[in-house]
Amino acid sequence: MTTELTSDDLQPVAGGGLLHRRLFLKSGLVLATAGAAGHAAAEPPAKLSEDLASPSWMHAPGAPFTPYGKPSKHEARVMRSIGANKDLPTNGVSWTPLEELEGIITPSGLHFERHHNGVPEIDPAQHRLVIHGLVKQPLMFTVNSLLRYPMQSHLIFIECGGNSNAGWHEEPIQRPLGGFHGLVSCSEWTGVPLAILFDQAGIDPKATWVIAEGADGAVMNVSLPLKKLMDDAIVALYQNGERIRPENGYPLRLVIPGFEGVTNVKWLRRLQLTTEPVMARNETAKYTELLPSGKARQFTFEIEAKSLITSPSAGQKMFGPNIYEIKGLAWTGRGKVAKVEVSADGGQSWAEAALQEPVLSRCFTRFRMPWNWDGKPTVLKSRATDETGYVQPEREMLVKERGRNGYFHYNAILSWGIDEDGAISHVYA
Amino acid sequence: MSTRNACAVFAILFSANAAFAASAHPAPRLGTPMTAEDATKWDLSIFPDGRGLPPGKGVAKDGKVIFDTQCASCHGDGGRGATAEELVSIEPQSLKEEAASKAIGPYWPYATTVFDFIRRSMPAGAPGSLSADELYAVTAYLLAANKVIGDTDEMNAKSLPAVKMPNRDGFEWVGVKK
Ligand code: HEC
Repeated sequence: MTTELTSDDLQPVAGGGLLHRRLFLKSGLVLATAGAAGHAAAEPPAKLSEDLASPSWMHAPGAPFTPYGKPSKHEARVMRSIGANKDLPTNGVSWTPLEELEGIITPSGLHFERHHNGVPEIDPAQHRLVIHGLVKQPLMFTVNSLLRYPMQSHLIFIECGGNSNAGWHEEPIQRPLGGFHGLVSCSEWTGVPLAILFDQAGIDPKATWVIAEGADGAVMNVSLPLKKLMDDAIVALYQNGERIRPENGYPLRLVIPGFEGVTNVKWLRRLQLTTEPVMARNETAKYTELLPSGKARQFTFEIEAKSLITSPSAGQKMFGPNIYEIKGLAWTGRGKVAKVEVSADGGQSWAEAALQEPVLSRCFTRFRMPWNWDGKPTVLKSRATDETGYVQPEREMLVKERGRNGYFHYNAILSWGIDEDGAISHVYA
Repeated sequence: MSTRNACAVFAILFSANAAFAASAHPAPRLGTPMTAEDATKWDLSIFPDGRGLPPGKGVAKDGKVIFDTQCASCHGDGGRGATAEELVSIEPQSLKEEAASKAIGPYWPYATTVFDFIRRSMPAGAPGSLSADELYAVTAYLLAANKVIGDTDEMNAKSLPAVKMPNRDGFEWVGVKK
């Protein structure tokens, strides 16, 4: 049974027509009129060749079984967008199309990529993980031996430290959400707790750092605090239930909940326990943030709270005055998202969005907010607060604190401007 | 708290943690023991103090030849940047400027990182293909072009870690204590 919206329900809880998040709880309530402001709707209506009441696919056997399923051909536009170096196409990124996805899990084939020199084609039978340095007994593990260890899952986001870096630009970049903020994805990663392996090698009490290194053509390496690795890092073998995809580190990936992407070393081959960081290029020249003071932030491992509205979002179009669901994602490397507030009047007033369960530590959290749009131009924003009390900053504040030459760790509030025609663009407001 | 005390506290935490992990997850022991010497063959780390640097030597003059033939196509003439990063910046400037260059000279804190990164990752089409002497030479070329060392200074396992980069003290650790 559906429940009709009453005029009480349509009482805004904040400016611009935001409705109460509890509306979602009204039994059987249909926000059907909301319709996602998406690509499909922007296309002209398809010419209908089928009798809708009795289409041909109801009168013939369907396709046979497939050993490995693929998305519908009608969803072929849902792809990662790629930005690679012209002279070195193995260097670059591919962005997750966040605006096309729902829920909190990123399909493995759409998980973002950052490769420094391509995806190595590793034969798992000829790949080894070596643990050495300040340990009693250096150890070498085969992939098959690691598959026999007790395992643990982390359902977590991984975000590249360079995600959203166009936010530092003087002018707001106009791209679909994913092509700007899509260096963040969320998967279930399963593997062997590093503490078990380190324990078996016997940690020298002097050790405080670990150098992790991958077996790709960049031999990517970074230094990490041993304490964090002992707390909750895993040597992951599985992503979303299946063995990790090559582009995400097959056969082994170091996964460190809450830490920036570059530290989650793919194609993991070596872990060296030491007393100090090795000062690799990717923790000095890169993945550091130069401040206006001339000093640079280094080892900014933890991802700070961030949220973004996935729909409506840039490049989409509104369908005229109606009830919409504003929806988005929030995350923090420091634990759980405590709340997400949404503004439909450019930040003058805010109302709390509904957080969809489960709300997990260091994981994507999906938020939803009903909205009665009156058709007038406005600006939408979302603002996350994490369980430590940290509040996602306005862009102006972030830029004031960090300047615009830091490049990494951009987590400011994102603003979508909606004009009188219902066109949506990225704005600084 | 002194560093030594901090280490002691860490050590206690670690062993407690490890003990917990071991008892909570009885695990097989499937790692193959390696000798320290075996492990060295895997070890590609080069530390700021020079640990890990191979024997060998090189000067900028020889490095320029390597750079022009194997690097400039992506990094531009003289390392001034093309489709790949600018590696050389000689304009007097301060890192406080809005668009300050992060090339090797003005930004990188350690000269050993230059050698290490080129050894592991460059030239991008054939990483790991340069000999130790070639690596010292091309590193010398980049440091000299950035005016961090003299044009005829030889780089080797001793002189390279002794190079003091202008921005050595320009970094503040955020996620962990020094
Ligand atoms: C085919 C193009 C190409 C060639 C040839 C090449 N590089 Fe690179 N180089 C790159 C790219 C692309 C990057 C950025 C790598 C990344 O993002 O991880 C890079 C990065 C670097 C960096 C780090 C720059 C920074 O600011 O972080 C150094 C140093 C470097 N290269 C040196 C060399 C040297 C020396 C050679 C020749 C021996 C060389 N490169 C040849 C493409 C190339």
